[in-house]
Amino acid sequence: MSTHAASDTAHHDDHHDQPATGIKRWLFATNHKDIGTMYLVFSLTMFFIGGAMAMLIRAELFQPGLQLMQPEFFNQLTTNHALIMIFGAVMPAFVGLANWMIPLQIGAPDMALPRMNNFSFWILPFAFTLLLSTFLVPGGAAAGGWTLYPPLSLQTGDSFPMLIFAIHMMGISSIMGAINVIVTIMNMRAPGMNLLKMPLFAWSWLITAYLLIAVMPVLAGAVTMLLTDHFFKTSFFNAAGGGDPVMFEHIFWFFGHPEVYIMILPAFGIISEILPTFSRKPLFGATSMIYAIASIAFLSFIVWGHHMFVDGMPVAAQLFYMMSTMLIAVPTGVKVFNWTATMWRGSLTFEPPMLFAIAFLFLFSIGGFSGLMLAIVPADFQYNQTYFVVAHFHYVLVPGAIFGIMAGVYYWLPKWTGHMYNMTLAKAHFWLSAIFVNVLFFPQHFLGLAGMPRRIPDYAVQFTDWNMVSSIGGFAFGLSQILFAIVIVQSIRGGKKATAEVWDGTHPTGLEWTLPSPAPYHSFTTAPDIR
Amino acid sequence: MSVTRGDHDDSTSRALRRASATARALKGASATVLGLAALGFAATAGANTSNGYNLPVGVTSLSHDLYALHMEVYWVCVAIAVVVFGVMIYALVKFRHSQGAVPDTTLVHSTKVEIIWTIIPVVILVAMAIPAAKVILMMEDTRNSELSIRVTGYQWKWQYQYMDAGEGINFFSTLSRDSNFARQLHSGIDPKTVPDYLLNVDNPMVIPSGTKVRLLLTSQDVIHAWWVPDFGAKRSAVPGFVNELWFKVDSGKEGIYRGQCTSLCGRDHGFMPVVVDVRTPDDFKKWVEQQKAALKQAAAGGAPAQPPRSAQVLSTATN
Repeated sequence: MSTHAASDTAHHDDHHDQPATGIKRWLFATNHKDIGTMYLVFSLTMFFIGGAMAMLIRAELFQPGLQLMQPEFFNQLTTNHALIMIFGAVMPAFVGLANWMIPLQIGAPDMALPRMNNFSFWILPFAFTLLLSTFLVPGGAAAGGWTLYPPLSLQTGDSFPMLIFAIHMMGISSIMGAINVIVTIMNMRAPGMNLLKMPLFAWSWLITAYLLIAVMPVLAGAVTMLLTDHFFKTSFFNAAGGGDPVMFEHIFWFFGHPEVYIMILPAFGIISEILPTFSRKPLFGATSMIYAIASIAFLSFIVWGHHMFVDGMPVAAQLFYMMSTMLIAVPTGVKVFNWTATMWRGSLTFEPPMLFAIAFLFLFSIGGFSGLMLAIVPADFQYNQTYFVVAHFHYVLVPGAIFGIMAGVYYWLPKWTGHMYNMTLAKAHFWLSAIFVNVLFFPQHFLGLAGMPRRIPDYAVQFTDWNMVSSIGGFAFGLSQILFAIVIVQSIRGGKKATAEVWDGTHPTGLEWTLPSPAPYHSFTTAPDIR
Repeated sequence: MSVTRGDHDDSTSRALRRASATARALKGASATVLGLAALGFAATAGANTSNGYNLPVGVTSLSHDLYALHMEVYWVCVAIAVVVFGVMIYALVKFRHSQGAVPDTTLVHSTKVEIIWTIIPVVILVAMAIPAAKVILMMEDTRNSELSIRVTGYQWKWQYQYMDAGEGINFFSTLSRDSNFARQLHSGIDPKTVPDYLLNVDNPMVIPSGTKVRLLLTSQDVIHAWWVPDFGAKRSAVPGFVNELWFKVDSGKEGIYRGQCTSLCGRDHGFMPVVVDVRTPDDFKKWVEQQKAALKQAAAGGAPAQPPRSAQVLSTATN
């Protein structure tokens, strides 16, 4: 059942034909394209802020000894780098892509709940202003890791309530966004678009939205318990009062593990759109790809213990979590094989979206391999809380999620702006990023295996060489991202006019490619019939 | 500006494209190549017997088992990577539009192949899980340990309280003073001039080789974690709870082994190392007698109670 655009045609003859002007357009935006744009601009800004923190971290770690900052400030940087990248860069970027593309892909005029959509977005600048302000209050920003383990996190200074409130706001934003996605997809698909015909990006977001609704409230519960332990003398996580710090870990990671799948499933969806286009061949095994995403999502709920193997876990639990974690490799592997089979006997060209998608395939897989190694419980006792873990999650998040986002942006940017962008600059951005992301993170595997713990501002001298290499990679990778901003800004301001199909010769499937570029401010005001 | 560049016929640009396509094809393996090329880096062992880019084999049966499992999984991953990346690279080179490849748009689906590439990974995973499960069970067996030591994490030092034959021995183990001076912000001291920088303490834990040692870990404040890579021994120290772990250093592997706190515990998380002095059982007995004699003297009103010092460490620490 889809909501027909009949009510939209009634609106058509009022002043909504043209967007509002000035600040009102953005403050009161209800158009999914405007809200999507705001999310994307916001996330790019947060990416640079979180990235600047990473540059400072790598600068301190360039050499042994402390050169730039006190250890407590270093801990504030590592904590907030993660919070900003996860909640400010990766998640809002995917929401921005969802806002722009889901209505276009399913032939809907907008998201189902446009005003709630506006609220979901505008919570975020407030939440992050609050979060960043924590650096300025006595005691400084949170410094106990983004994982907020008590009792350490309860030693946070005056900024503690600001941190908790900011997290609550981010969570509310995500939950409302997820509700919007589900309601839109379930109710507003064009006639003839049954679920199995829906594009993979929309599918990946449908499943991600359910994950968000399931786990963001759990995070809210966990941080609220921290708040009451801190201010209201509860003892959820205080053994002296009958509580248990490890219980926090359970609650946090019950959120935290699905959270990392929330951060990767939309990227899987994007890759599943890009590879077929530039291989000029349909996605191999599309139905099985959908089942794989669903299995990964389901399995993500029963593996959280793998973050806690060294905390004194009973044998039965160690065995269970080892097996469930290893099991996730199966549907993930299926996806990698299907993507490869999509390229197999295709006809490949290597435009920037395709370059990022291919890099994703290789480098995300490397992150997957280190993940498999981490799943082997006894070996994990040597890897846990070392740079090996840092290398693993940065491989799946940076050349994984972030490259997925960049691939999506490079893929759909001409549809949004109406202009082809500077291919040379985009390719330069790609090559610099792809090379230096490896220089930055690959040596961290060695550091972890050689015995370097994580979250330390200074290290024993035998870790010097790889830290230096990693820092150089970090500076180069960070600087290269400026090219991304330049390409985007240039494309907004002008460039060769893009056709509806944008990627000539590839004949991409998907309703978005039936619209002119740029897509009209109000698109699919009448639902397309694709029966 | 055209999007696909397959239209250009110029031989220079063809050669360039071939070169860049080859570069692209090899890019996928670049990370592994980087890893292998890193063999050129001379790795200096220091904290432990790691060669600088792999786990140490270590000096306990536990660490040997962990190393073996690690290498097994590693080689399985390498083998899978070679196959999968090989197929990807082949596809990237062979099926290029610029080389005239025509897409086979009928190749979209194969239930048979999906089943095969689901079953084979499951088989590989089961094969990896079985030896791992055996080691899990072995790690949990703390029965018949010959020496137990209570280890308490503090912000930011360790406390060791001996039980069994060492009952009564109790001392703190803190970052050595020379490291502590050098690590201060703008200290002006080059870390490379400090012996075992950040990995030296005033009073190491002393244990006998060839003996099953059991640690009972807890914390006085926040969550810490005790880790010596060469022992393969790591466990969290959780306030209000006691975690158990055991290891047995091989006879003949006496010496000093170093590790660090491995759970973020605040400002000086990076500055509370773990140092273990492994001695022969006879030397350990002598040490225990010395400590107990010193304790008796202190209790009898003699010299004020001092934490027992290890002679070996005294020579390097500037106390």
